[in-house]
Amino acid sequence: MTEPITGIVTPIRLDYRYTPGASTSQFLRSIKEGKLVGRRCPRCSKVYLPPRGGCPMCGVEFAEEVAIKNTGTMVTFAVVNVNFANRAVDLPYVTAEVAFDGTDTTTMVLLKGVAPEEARMGMRVKAHWLPESEWDYSLVNIDYVEPIDEPDADFESFKELL
Amino acid sequence: MEFAYTRSTGPVVGAFLTGLRDRKVLGAKDSTGRTVVPPPEYDASSAAPIEASTLVEVGQEGTVTSWSWNPVPRLGNPFDVPFAWALVRLDGADTSLLHALDAPRDTITTGMRVKVRWAAETVGFINDIACFEPVAS
Ligand SMILES: [Zn+2]
Repeated sequence: MTEPITGIVTPIRLDYRYTPGASTSQFLRSIKEGKLVGRRCPRCSKVYLPPRGGCPMCGVEFAEEVAIKNTGTMVTFAVVNVNFANRAVDLPYVTAEVAFDGTDTTTMVLLKGVAPEEARMGMRVKAHWLPESEWDYSLVNIDYVEPIDEPDADFESFKELL
Repeated sequence: MEFAYTRSTGPVVGAFLTGLRDRKVLGAKDSTGRTVVPPPEYDASSAAPIEASTLVEVGQEGTVTSWSWNPVPRLGNPFDVPFAWALVRLDGADTSLLHALDAPRDTITTGMRVKVRWAAETVGFINDIACFEPVAS
């Protein structure tokens, strides 16, 4: 190697120590056991996943825990075609915003099992979890979602989530 | 969270790093006659650009001008045990270069003589200088 140096790569790294509140702590302990648990706002009745301490719209504390299903609706998505550092999935792939059944929020998750050009808003999907031995205190336990054999959800039923 | 910054070096820093890859330390002669290591891109007195072709090689031994003990090394530091950061004025240079110094704390003094310890493999990066080490007296 005799070419002059014209560029360098300097990795910058930060390790975060994250302290979850009571609500997120409960969510993380549940997901470690393979369960999705949201919380409902006592005023507007919306269910948040992951749950926070309180409802950002009503300003009141969440109370009731709500078990969330593994099925949901892909309310929107993006097809990723552009390469970037530390990418873990082959291009192109689909990043989905999924409203799991029983929630009024969406969660970003990888969509598999369908060609990117066949992804549709409203598509019904199911969570595919990592093997139980790999479960951690993380949403990453849901490896991806894949389509299920159900008719697409009606746009009116999820337009508020967009 | 980790992010890799890709930086173009420009001609002067590029030449300095190319020198390190060749196990040489280069400095710049400025308009006041001082030799500045590492070489800056512009002359601090005249503000004129430094030409990469005018860089000069300096010595690989030098003198500690100041130092500081790092009791809690961080990820990415040259050592994972407590060590010293030192400012070293290499022979032939008029300024000091900051790098790690591999020496027991109670042996380090301002004015002590040290030399470059090169990395086993040099690639054109500041870590081509693995650290400084004491010159055996
Ligand atoms: Zn509310």
